[in-house]
Amino acid sequence: MDLILFLIFAAIALVCAVNVVVQTHPISSAVSLIGVMGSLAILYLLLGAEFIAAAQVIVYAGAIMVLFVFVIMLLNAGKETVKGRSFMSQLLGVPVLIALLGLLGFLARHMYQPEVMVHFGGFQGGTAKAIGKALFTTYLLPFEVTSILILIAIVGAVVLARKEID
Amino acid sequence: MSQVPISWFLMLSAALFSLGVAGFLFRRNIITVFMSIELMLNAVNLSFIAFAYQHKQVDGNLFAFFVMVVAAAEAAVGLAIILTVFKNRKTLNIDEVDSMKN
Repeated sequence: MDLILFLIFAAIALVCAVNVVVQTHPISSAVSLIGVMGSLAILYLLLGAEFIAAAQVIVYAGAIMVLFVFVIMLLNAGKETVKGRSFMSQLLGVPVLIALLGLLGFLARHMYQPEVMVHFGGFQGGTAKAIGKALFTTYLLPFEVTSILILIAIVGAVVLARKEID
Repeated sequence: MSQVPISWFLMLSAALFSLGVAGFLFRRNIITVFMSIELMLNAVNLSFIAFAYQHKQVDGNLFAFFVMVVAAAEAAVGLAIILTVFKNRKTLNIDEVDSMKN
């Protein structure tokens, strides 16, 4: 059951991720990216991270992607025009990418022996209670620094995007 | 066999990250390049959560949480920069934004 769930949503995530890269219109890429994020949320649930799964749907698929779609529509972004790419990049791009992927997969396969098997409910420490407890004790300083980061991001976004008044 | 090896999650994460790198290098639309960065961040999050499962510790989830927060801040500032670039240059093609090249 867990295997079927994983295979279905991993396939959806991969297909949507390929679609993000190959689509020429930005709005198609954005919708595909929402598909990736939604299926990753299911995989997080499978791994026992229920708080992060909820945050993934709310923050990523909700807030961030709405911001993206909003900007795409605001700028009226059309299909991208491709000018000449260099011969070397056309020749080497895909093989190098497959080599990188193969190397990463090989490392993931052989670095962790014996292998841990994932089943639903095998890790119960990802609840909101556990996360909140760790966030306000062990990780209190990073959490507070994060609030300053967000304040800076708000100010930066307002300064960058405002209209020149004078 | 209904259980999933943890390395499959790591391989999925590697595949998503590679696709993000490909999109980042291959695409010419500045918004799509930015979306590829989000795809890479998501791939890294999946790795963090898989490692949290493997070690049965909550710390991996917290790292994913912080990545998410930083990604949200980055998206706000990055899209503001894209708006400013478009306002000044009237283009979204990163090949045409090259005034620092000379």
